[in-house]
Amino acid sequence: MHKSVITAGLCFAALLLGGAELATAQTVLVRGNDTDPATLDHHKTSTVAEANLLRDLYEGLVAEDAGGKVIPGAAQSWEISEDGLTYTFSLRPDAKWSNGDPVSAEDFLFAFRRIMTPATAAGYASVLFPIANAEAITKGEMAPEALGVAAPAPQTLVVTLNAPTPYFLELLTHQTGMPLHRASVEQFGDAFTRPGNLVSNGAFSLESFVPNDKIVMKKNPYFHDAGNVRIDEIQYVPFEDRSACLRRFEAGEVQICSDVPAEQMAYMKKNYPNNLRIAPYLGTYYLPIKVKKEKFADARVRQALSMLIDRDFIAEEVWQGTMIPAYGLVPPGIANYVATPVKLDYAAMDMLDREDAALALFKAAGVDPATLSVQLSYNSSENHKNTMASIADMLSRVGISASLNEMEGTGYFNYLRDDGDFDIARAGWIGDYSDPQNFLFLNESNVSFNYSGWSNEGYDAKMRAAAETTDLDARAALLAEAERMFLDEMPMIPILFYSSRALVADTVSGWEDNLLDNHATRWLSLSK
Amino acid sequence: MLAYTLRRLASAIPTIFIIVTLTFFMIRAAPGGPFDLERPLDPLIMANLNRAYNLDAPLWSQYTTYLGNLIRGDLGPSFTRRDFSVNDLFAVGLPVSILLGSLALLLAVVIGTILGAMAALRQNTALDYAVVGLATFGITTPTFVVAPLLSLFFGVLLGVLPAGGWSNANPAYWVLPVVTLALPQVAVIARLVRGATIEALRSNHVRTARAYGLPNRIVVGVHALRAAVLPAVSYLGPTAAGLLTGSVVVETIFGLPGIGRYFVQGALGRDYTLVMGTVVVIAIFVIFFNLVVDLLYAWLDPRVRLD
Repeated sequence: MHKSVITAGLCFAALLLGGAELATAQTVLVRGNDTDPATLDHHKTSTVAEANLLRDLYEGLVAEDAGGKVIPGAAQSWEISEDGLTYTFSLRPDAKWSNGDPVSAEDFLFAFRRIMTPATAAGYASVLFPIANAEAITKGEMAPEALGVAAPAPQTLVVTLNAPTPYFLELLTHQTGMPLHRASVEQFGDAFTRPGNLVSNGAFSLESFVPNDKIVMKKNPYFHDAGNVRIDEIQYVPFEDRSACLRRFEAGEVQICSDVPAEQMAYMKKNYPNNLRIAPYLGTYYLPIKVKKEKFADARVRQALSMLIDRDFIAEEVWQGTMIPAYGLVPPGIANYVATPVKLDYAAMDMLDREDAALALFKAAGVDPATLSVQLSYNSSENHKNTMASIADMLSRVGISASLNEMEGTGYFNYLRDDGDFDIARAGWIGDYSDPQNFLFLNESNVSFNYSGWSNEGYDAKMRAAAETTDLDARAALLAEAERMFLDEMPMIPILFYSSRALVADTVSGWEDNLLDNHATRWLSLSK
Repeated sequence: MLAYTLRRLASAIPTIFIIVTLTFFMIRAAPGGPFDLERPLDPLIMANLNRAYNLDAPLWSQYTTYLGNLIRGDLGPSFTRRDFSVNDLFAVGLPVSILLGSLALLLAVVIGTILGAMAALRQNTALDYAVVGLATFGITTPTFVVAPLLSLFFGVLLGVLPAGGWSNANPAYWVLPVVTLALPQVAVIARLVRGATIEALRSNHVRTARAYGLPNRIVVGVHALRAAVLPAVSYLGPTAAGLLTGSVVVETIFGLPGIGRYFVQGALGRDYTLVMGTVVVIAIFVIFFNLVVDLLYAWLDPRVRLD
């Protein structure tokens, strides 16, 4: 009897499910996302998960194609002045908001001024600091009207910069450069992000948002390229548990997972070799060293520590091949950089030879490794812990006494920034735009992300010179010299470059691997 | 009994006040704040944010403001889910948790009691051993093992139920979470009822009932079982409160929009108002169900006098 009850229940469930599938004749794409957004007000966002959502909802002056190349967005063309300081954008006449209103230069002007207004408290406003007066406005030293953005005509937007910024267009693809529908923001205030209130100008518009469940977006019929958008509805499901995404992918309920469970990498490589998409990603995993501590003051000691770290082992064993060994700070494949990446010369050296070389460096610096004690700090995470534990083991091979210090994630990076009392810590940096400056600036004096506390006049001078150079090749050469200086001094040890890891179903086409791991749904299509 | 209930409800107010006060200052004592992200914010922007959320005011004034809002039923804005107030989040999440929790509770009580009673009546038979074995398995197997296994088996391998996700309208999405939530409770209740029934069957009042010549079904069904469910009832008070306020594990594994995750997400993200809100809701549920248990006790056991 029990059995028949269960069978009946399962049949009932199957009927319900079948019914649900029949009812949806539209093309629905279910995309797993890393987590829910903190907000859909793009001026107040910072995470990758938020950027994924906003890329489908909004369109900035420029957009990215499926491969991550900058293409015209709400602006159909632009002119850059001789000195590289003035950008004049011509908006496309058919750009429309999801309620049918035309997208005007005023909407962009409103958004750019709003993000700089101190009351907005936009955490990422600094991305747009190359715009004239932007920084002073966020500090309250100037009125928002002083911003170097003007709308002389409804379809003309003029942006003036502080200095020639060769990556300015890349930078505008970031969500901070997206427009806002002025009328609805002013009408609804903070509630403008709610479903029903939110007016957007991208390929999709917001339908519903249930926290921890899903965000539903519908195709925006007013979008200028709507004719080429193949997906009618997107359901973004947040997966804090990556294994849950894998299970729902296997059950056919989810077509794309934005990330995968690292511990099941071998299983996925075996069973889903065509669906597992591992590609180089614009990020570096590194270890800042507290250089002002006596024991780390000598660059030779820091270089020796770097030599002792077997990056291949960490990339292959700890990270299951989802990270790439790093011997430089700037990830490979980045735009606006030198053709041959700047690398440490011992990259290809055998580990045993490197241990000998490290011992020689310690000797030259007059340091006995047996007397050196190093504490390795990291924020809680299984992978960070395993990474740091294996590094501790590598250091102890030459007699260094290395210990681990696990810290809770919240507040960890503030501790690093606010001159916390660590020896060596772990940190990661994901680029906001494809340009070496976005990585090399981490070592400039007076940058809050400079956790090592290293300060070098020559390095700062190189970076300043690069910022003032308009010729891209000359600029790249200057930046490469800066990276070389950094590698010689080794205030922080780059150990890994990130990879993006996604699962993409066979039924999805249009997914192109790219360095920023940006995959707007307007380029995707779904076959049955 | 009405007077007793009212007295108990009145005494709940100082209890909740103490819980709110303790939680408020404990969460503030934790290092970091709601705006400490992987990438630290510019100090200036941080100052703007703290001002916008009244975090720059002295702690005692933030506390009195919070209490004032709480009395009006306003749990405040969420710091980490900034498009929602805590009230908004609970308005969506609490019905989901209550639905799943009450179904699981119902399932656990019905199946647990039946299994426990059957095992007791057939003590030391194969059936008894099967129930005890199943109960031990149910208690010792953690939810984070059961949930992915159920999802894998019914969702991925058989494909008869959704492997995860949620729908208010489609009960197919409720089945696996309810079973997962109910399983350990079935086990505990079955064991409690079994033990208590065995004891009750040997007790004086049951022997007296038999001596009266009452039919077996009355002796067991009314006199023995009524006494036998008492331990289960007292266990169910806090359990019901726990089940109805959601489970972080089950919600994360199946991807459910209940309120169980908010407690952990709120604590890790230093979302002060969200943590406070969850604590208040859980406290209210615990107090309420303890009251229900006491009232049930008085009804089930004639020896208990509430006054």
